Amino acid sequence: MIINHPLLGPRDSAEFVYLGAAELMNRPDPETASADDWHDYAYLRDNPAGTHRELWFHEGGDRSILIVTRDTTTHEISAVELARRGAPK
Amino acid sequence: MTQKNRLDGGQIDRNTTLNFTFDGKTYAGHPGDTLASALLANNVRLMGRSFKYHRPRGPLTAGSEEPNAIVKLRSGARQEPNTRATTAELFEGLAAKSQNRWPSLAFDAMAINDRFSNFLTAGFYYKTFMWPAAFWEKLYEPIIRKAAGLGSLSMQADPDEYDKGFRHCDLLIIGAGPAGLNAALTAGRAGKHVILADEDFRMGGRLNAETLNIADMTGADWAAHTVAELSALPNVRLMPRTTVIGAFDHGIYGAVERISDHLATPPTGKPRQILWRIYAKQTLLCAGATERPIAFENNDRPGIMLAASLRAYANRWAATPAQRIAIFTNNDDGHRTAQDLHTKGVKIAAVIDTRPDAPRSHDYEVLRGAQISDTKGRLGLTFAEVTLSDGSNRTVECGALGVSGGWNPNVHLTCHQRGRPTWDDTLAAFVPGGTLPPGMTVAGAANGTFSTHGALKSGADAARKALGIKGRAPAVPDAEDAPITQTPFWYVEGCSRAWLDQQNDVTVKDVKLSHQEGFRSVEHLKRYTTLGMATDQGKTSNMGGLAIMAELAGKSIPEVGTTIFRPPYTPTAIGALAGRMRGKEFHPTRLTPSHFWAKERGAVFVEVGNWLRAQWFPLPGETHWRQSVDREVTATRASVGVCDCTTLGKIDVQGTDAATFLNKIYCNGFAKLAVGKTRYGLMLREDGIAMDDGTAARLAEDQFVVTTTTANAAKVYQHMEFVRQCLMPDADVQLISTTEAWAQYAVAGPNSRRLLQKIVDSDYDISNEGFPFMACANITVCGGLRARLFRISFSGELAFEIAVPSRYGDALMRKLMEEGEEFDVTPYGTEALGVMRIEKGHAAGNELNGTTTALNLGMGRMVSKAKDSIGSKLSERPGLNEADALMQVGLRPVDAGDKVTAGGHLMNATGPVDAKHDQGYVTSAAYSPTLGSMIGLGFLKDGGNRMGETLRLVSPVTDLTVKVEVVSAHFVDPEGERVRA
Repeated sequence: MIINHPLLGPRDSAEFVYLGAAELMNRPDPETASADDWHDYAYLRDNPAGTHRELWFHEGGDRSILIVTRDTTTHEISAVELARRGAPK
Repeated sequence: MTQKNRLDGGQIDRNTTLNFTFDGKTYAGHPGDTLASALLANNVRLMGRSFKYHRPRGPLTAGSEEPNAIVKLRSGARQEPNTRATTAELFEGLAAKSQNRWPSLAFDAMAINDRFSNFLTAGFYYKTFMWPAAFWEKLYEPIIRKAAGLGSLSMQADPDEYDKGFRHCDLLIIGAGPAGLNAALTAGRAGKHVILADEDFRMGGRLNAETLNIADMTGADWAAHTVAELSALPNVRLMPRTTVIGAFDHGIYGAVERISDHLATPPTGKPRQILWRIYAKQTLLCAGATERPIAFENNDRPGIMLAASLRAYANRWAATPAQRIAIFTNNDDGHRTAQDLHTKGVKIAAVIDTRPDAPRSHDYEVLRGAQISDTKGRLGLTFAEVTLSDGSNRTVECGALGVSGGWNPNVHLTCHQRGRPTWDDTLAAFVPGGTLPPGMTVAGAANGTFSTHGALKSGADAARKALGIKGRAPAVPDAEDAPITQTPFWYVEGCSRAWLDQQNDVTVKDVKLSHQEGFRSVEHLKRYTTLGMATDQGKTSNMGGLAIMAELAGKSIPEVGTTIFRPPYTPTAIGALAGRMRGKEFHPTRLTPSHFWAKERGAVFVEVGNWLRAQWFPLPGETHWRQSVDREVTATRASVGVCDCTTLGKIDVQGTDAATFLNKIYCNGFAKLAVGKTRYGLMLREDGIAMDDGTAARLAEDQFVVTTTTANAAKVYQHMEFVRQCLMPDADVQLISTTEAWAQYAVAGPNSRRLLQKIVDSDYDISNEGFPFMACANITVCGGLRARLFRISFSGELAFEIAVPSRYGDALMRKLMEEGEEFDVTPYGTEALGVMRIEKGHAAGNELNGTTTALNLGMGRMVSKAKDSIGSKLSERPGLNEADALMQVGLRPVDAGDKVTAGGHLMNATGPVDAKHDQGYVTSAAYSPTLGSMIGLGFLKDGGNRMGETLRLVSPVTDLTVKVEVVSAHFVDPEGERVRA
């Protein structure tokens, strides 16, 4: 696969490490979250056949973490953003 | 040696003769020949034996789709089994051997299988070797393994090198036939970056095999002219001998270039093959088409070939398998073969055409509406039995038979992204479907455009469209433009031992049996009968099988569908996929700055991650590793030892929010750590399990140096970047790994300070008062060299870790040895390091094993409640905090001579020994020279309250039962006086 890095342009996915679903960015608020919230955050992931937002770490590059929106059935990538620009809604 | 079946013309260099051997016999051929064409020219039709029935076989085709002429090439370590004689380029001294026969190709004992073919039908293995079950491993499997497979490996290491490379282009063109060449010309003249790849050593595709003209020259000449023009274009890269094996995501293609397979040995410094990863903005597939056979009784005899392949041998290689040839066809293309062979002076015995209205010829006899009912000839074709249109029979004498059942577009690469081909009724063939790999278009015969003119035009048009080339299209040169209709004719009615898949010996009868037994989906058909498996992947056989399956099921072929085409397109050497990642080069080997010094000292090394670390340093006279390790431990505890700990991960954390950041990643607090102080830190995963531990040294208000364990360095860094970028995006904190930038040594033992005082510049006070336990500082050593000093201890002794820029690492180690002579300084390795940390009760990888919590590790109270950190919330889960939770303890054998084994389980002193009564397990064990016995660390239920209890340590695997006493994990200096001395 080729990931179109927002800063560096198209890069081979072999330079990246997959970190999992982008929901990992939505860490529960430690002040208000319930035990269930923490359980869901730690253990539950969607496994969609289709669009999936996920984190890719550019370990062999500039060390940016990217949010890649990828179709799991075709590997088509429709969006790439820098994770530190903000958590997904 | 005469080449009895060599014809006139052809694209071979007759001025040069190449000598080669087949099964030990010497033959002659010419540059431009393949092994198959040279053998045919030498009147050799028999080239192999079939897989199951050991039937005599000759080549069916003239290309990479070949199922039969599979041979072993070369000898010794370079011996390569299962290569296709039809693609092996001839070179001087080539030695080839036939396979799957014993004792000889002409007389094969295993041909007895053919007599028992009634028993060896589809599903034979599944039906026969079912019971008794116990026979499988001992009896059936060894026998099957012995009988299976075609060629054999040399069992020696591959002496050749393989490489990998990357290439980029605007347009990748796969296949250099008329469509591909004209596309390359169009794109190349427009200045685009083009890669033209073809599996053949001579570009031109079918143009080299035909006598058809393009404009005023022969097709082969036009191809040669075009290749010459393309070679002169700097923006066009021609890659002959290169097979594009797969279409992967986002326009990435895999291609194997055979650099030196056509030479006796690779030239010095050259690899044998290169696996290219080609990044193509657009791709044009011009892979051509493969002729399909017709199944009839005994259609597998040597001499029976695809008609267009016969034509290719005659026109391109000036070779024929026999001087008297018959043709069996259902379309006009078969007649083209007859005409070309006739022109070359080969006698056409008859053209047997299934169509009642087949065209007639003045040059040879055409039997209209006729079919072949059987053939004769044990090791090669002698006669064909023909049923004429009036039902009468006729025997036709012939040494070869060309079969033409029409053409199948080579759609394989269009399906590598799970696209499915679609059925074209006028062609009676599958053509590329609607869902192609992104960026791919298809032109020429691969797209069902079979005429030469059509191929030239579609190639140029597709290239213009793909690249957005504007302006008027250049004229397409004049070329043959015959309309194509293909009427399906798959097999002769009533045949049974008619081969569909010649490589796997799958007959029409087997497909019928498969249907009868309920294996009706194409995927089941393939696995049950093995149709379409092995090296040719059914390139000539799948369609026939599908057609029969469809007929039996009363469905159309598109309803039955195809199996999925997957990479690689043709067999690929494992060596090419491995490239240079072989043996020691499988992963990088990382050396510490003191490596060469350690090597001089005779150190024994151990791999830790990618690093080589000194495991121990044997002295003369030491014959057992324990002698060295015990000495290193004792000497360090008695005076001073030095150990290279460069491999620990070192991460520089800087920024105004650095302390806040560390507070988040460590479960214990860091906000209040004073500048110039170091603190032990435990990192949890979000689920509350311990991930890694290390130290964080605050070198400035806004700078920390964090250490990680060697094995987890990359993972911890990744985790820290995740927290920084994904959870704390607004924090002012930056990370960089400096593991490679600093050489770091542990200097441990009661004399460590005195040793360091000799090298630390006098501006710096490292006395106990000036530099107490857990202090850290930027200092200089040896007269101005910048260094970092940490007063931390893994061994439990008074100890320091000193770091200097990596390039001074070797010098610093030598200096420490030199200055330490008066203290009998002792270098120690990872074994002694491990012994000392067990003696001190420090957790390491064995304890931080992915299942243990801070509580288990005896650090439950370290998890700060005053702040939120990664893992702090979920570490509070009831399940991780039960009253009898596992706690880390020390273990000593009651009898000092007994063995303590890591991995052993703990059981109560009495009672049953089973999983239900399990009390815990041992994680680390070592012989402690300090205590004079083996000791262990382990996790024990409610371990904190069971000091002094006697347990049984059991290891049923090694039949061990030892009485052990539960003790504090801090075997040495439990009060920590030494580290503070």
